[in-house]
Amino acid sequence: MAHSEQEILAGLAEIVSEETGLPTDSVLPEKSFTDDLDIDSLSMMTIVTLAEEKFDVRIPDDEVKNLATVGDAVSFIAGAQA
Amino acid sequence: MSTVPEVVVTGLGATTPLGGDVPSTWRAALAGESGARPFENDWAERYEIAVNFGATLKVPADQVLARPELKRMDPSAQYAVIATREAWADAGSPEVDGDRLGAVVSSGIGGIWTTLDGWDTLREKGGRRVLPMTVPMLMPNSPVAYVSLELGARAGAHALVSACASGAEAIAYGVEMIRNGRADVVVAGGTEATIHPMPIAAFAASRTLSTRNDDPAGASRPYDVDRDGFVIGEGAGVVVLESAAHAAARGARVYARIAGLGLSADGYHITSPEPSGDGQIRAMRSALADSGVAASDVAHVNAHATSTVVGDLIEARSIRAVLGDDADHAVLSATKSMTGHLLGGAGALETIFTVLALHERTAPPTINVAEPDPELVLDLVRDEPRALPAGPVAAINNSFGFGGHNVALVVTSV
Repeated sequence: MAHSEQEILAGLAEIVSEETGLPTDSVLPEKSFTDDLDIDSLSMMTIVTLAEEKFDVRIPDDEVKNLATVGDAVSFIAGAQA
Repeated sequence: MSTVPEVVVTGLGATTPLGGDVPSTWRAALAGESGARPFENDWAERYEIAVNFGATLKVPADQVLARPELKRMDPSAQYAVIATREAWADAGSPEVDGDRLGAVVSSGIGGIWTTLDGWDTLREKGGRRVLPMTVPMLMPNSPVAYVSLELGARAGAHALVSACASGAEAIAYGVEMIRNGRADVVVAGGTEATIHPMPIAAFAASRTLSTRNDDPAGASRPYDVDRDGFVIGEGAGVVVLESAAHAAARGARVYARIAGLGLSADGYHITSPEPSGDGQIRAMRSALADSGVAASDVAHVNAHATSTVVGDLIEARSIRAVLGDDADHAVLSATKSMTGHLLGGAGALETIFTVLALHERTAPPTINVAEPDPELVLDLVRDEPRALPAGPVAAINNSFGFGGHNVALVVTSV
């Protein structure tokens, strides 16, 4: 069953919070992974790997560089769901 | 002409089966407590493993570290970082140029939890689910890399691997870094997190573990006639080493001096110690010669003594061979009777015990020796701690590892 964008944001916030220690309510759609959340490329790949499993989607490597903000990732995952 | 710097110990840190830090570990050791306990899981039953107990950490790492730290580090690195933070604070968090600060932290086995978790994930879920942090977490230099990151140690970060001698070898290398001028301060020690069913099954298969399942606390009994193998432990020990001049300049408290290093290899067998003790004897003699300490000044020996039938006696005879009649006034402690065997962490934790024994003039006890082996030719400290003499005294800490690695450190009082 497809997840709503709200569910995806909440799930992604949990993953980011586990990885970074930031509170889930600081993981907002407009936040930049690198500039606001201080996530390096290794952490970003960890988040991508965990998100693929959680939402049962495929996020190709070429796509990851386009995911600048949390909102970009939510939109991509929502669109990629079967 | 430059002189070789003297190296002193100014900070101690540990997380062990006896306590979450050095003071609680030392108190428990002096009280003769055992850190061995039954496993709180069904491994023995589920996997048909002959051993159902071990010396697990008294304070689990997840009660100490933040969640992102736990996810980014294998347990072996977690323990090293916990011990490092304590040691560094204990040394007074010295102001030191990172280019003059070194880190040497070893593990005997490395990130085995991460290795095996990654393999499980691969088989159950496929290659796309294996996490990108897997390699930086499983590599055997991961603990020292995190210690180096933690402190900004840039003089060098090294992980010397020699099985159960690793922790002592790390400290020896740290001393060398200061002696040869590469660093003024070095954080050095060892760590191990191997209480996982696969290595336990493997150690059990090699018949090196005690199978005293009905009495975990009584299972590690070095030099007792009924000893039947070692008790697997986990944890880390880290010391802050410093050139005596650097320590004096900042008015640091000095616990003791690492005065001599002795290293040798048996070149004999992959697991069994060479029966004559030749390699152990050469290591101890080199360490004494390096320190300039006479056998008559050795008041205490912290033995490697893991509680195996063959190993304990070879070491006891080697100590007697090195010290001769002077062995009569050197009291022997086998602290693995309480801590279990921390493998790569053992040599570091036992260096901490040796340093504290000289600092506090108290040799820790050996527990569970109901009937000493009649072939034991040394004065074993049993059940109660023993006072060490006042004045300048020396101690030897022995560490030996699978593969025939022998490391002896001579510690002297200040």
